[in-house]
Amino acid sequence: MAKFKKKRGKTTPAISTASLPDIIFMLLFFFMVVTVLRDSELMVRVIVPEATELDKLEQKSLVHYMYIGRPLKKYQAVYGTSPRLQLGDKFATLEDIPLFIEKHKLTVPESQHGRITTSLRVDGDVTMGIVTDVKTKLRKSGQLLVNYSARPKVE
Amino acid sequence: MAKSKARDKVSTEINAGSMADIAFLLLIFFLVTTTIDVDKGIRVKLPPWSDEEPDIQRLKERNVFSVLVNAQNQLLVRGELAKLDELKDRAKEFIMNPNNRPDLAEKPTKAIISLKNDRGTNYKTYLQVYNELKAAYNELWDEECRKMYGVPYSEDLPLAMRKAIKKKIPFVLSEAEPTNYGEEQ
Repeated sequence: MAKFKKKRGKTTPAISTASLPDIIFMLLFFFMVVTVLRDSELMVRVIVPEATELDKLEQKSLVHYMYIGRPLKKYQAVYGTSPRLQLGDKFATLEDIPLFIEKHKLTVPESQHGRITTSLRVDGDVTMGIVTDVKTKLRKSGQLLVNYSARPKVE
Repeated sequence: MAKSKARDKVSTEINAGSMADIAFLLLIFFLVTTTIDVDKGIRVKLPPWSDEEPDIQRLKERNVFSVLVNAQNQLLVRGELAKLDELKDRAKEFIMNPNNRPDLAEKPTKAIISLKNDRGTNYKTYLQVYNELKAAYNELWDEECRKMYGVPYSEDLPLAMRKAIKKKIPFVLSEAEPTNYGEEQ
């Protein structure tokens, strides 16, 4: 008995940490691939409605976002409480839409221009008035692929 | 010469012990900034802009499934008040017209859904209505696909198959200019 105990005490069972960097790198690459860096801070309150018939937006580089909703509390003193449009990281008017689309087009190769999609992230409590105005402007600008952003419905 | 020999003896390996730490730092950065949310939504193709009003009068009344959503978020389907949860089944029956009723669409290719809303309509309600109409078509496509190919309909099917189904049951939804009721100031 004593013999066994002694032997066990002597050997230090060290786990090899040589592969630790590899494991960490693997995790790192996973997160690097799935990461979407949040490009714009929301200045309007957007809680998109629920829906069931959802499609996935595939290529992130072909999508630009338009946010419609009521300004957040801290902006209400300046911008009021009626629904506003946000393009990029600032409030915008309908007249800014064509330029916004053109700017996005410049970053996309010409062969892909037909697949550019506008993702409308609209708050559920907004009335259709401003949404219709935005849609009309999009049609006039020739940007016809639109995605009404929505959450999957939880039963 | 002797000097260089001495240099050879010294191991010139870079200490990789801190590699894990560096990787950890990067890992934590990406962990914090990650948002794994795939953007999902209802895909719509808007009609190109034209200054002329589209002429719906030419269409036969039986082929038009009109849906009105007013500023009080009430539904008017083909002239009568309706509820949101019966919309899908009514749309399906209208498109396929299984009993050959004279007041429903002649055939699926002629069916047109006309959606109209007020400027004061709630966006949530509008999207729910749109969702129900799209659900009706999705279910019809699925049924057709099972009949034709024996597989459920999905976006992963070959383009030719999807096109064949959509040719049989095309998704035609026309949106009229909204009326100016209930717009909040």
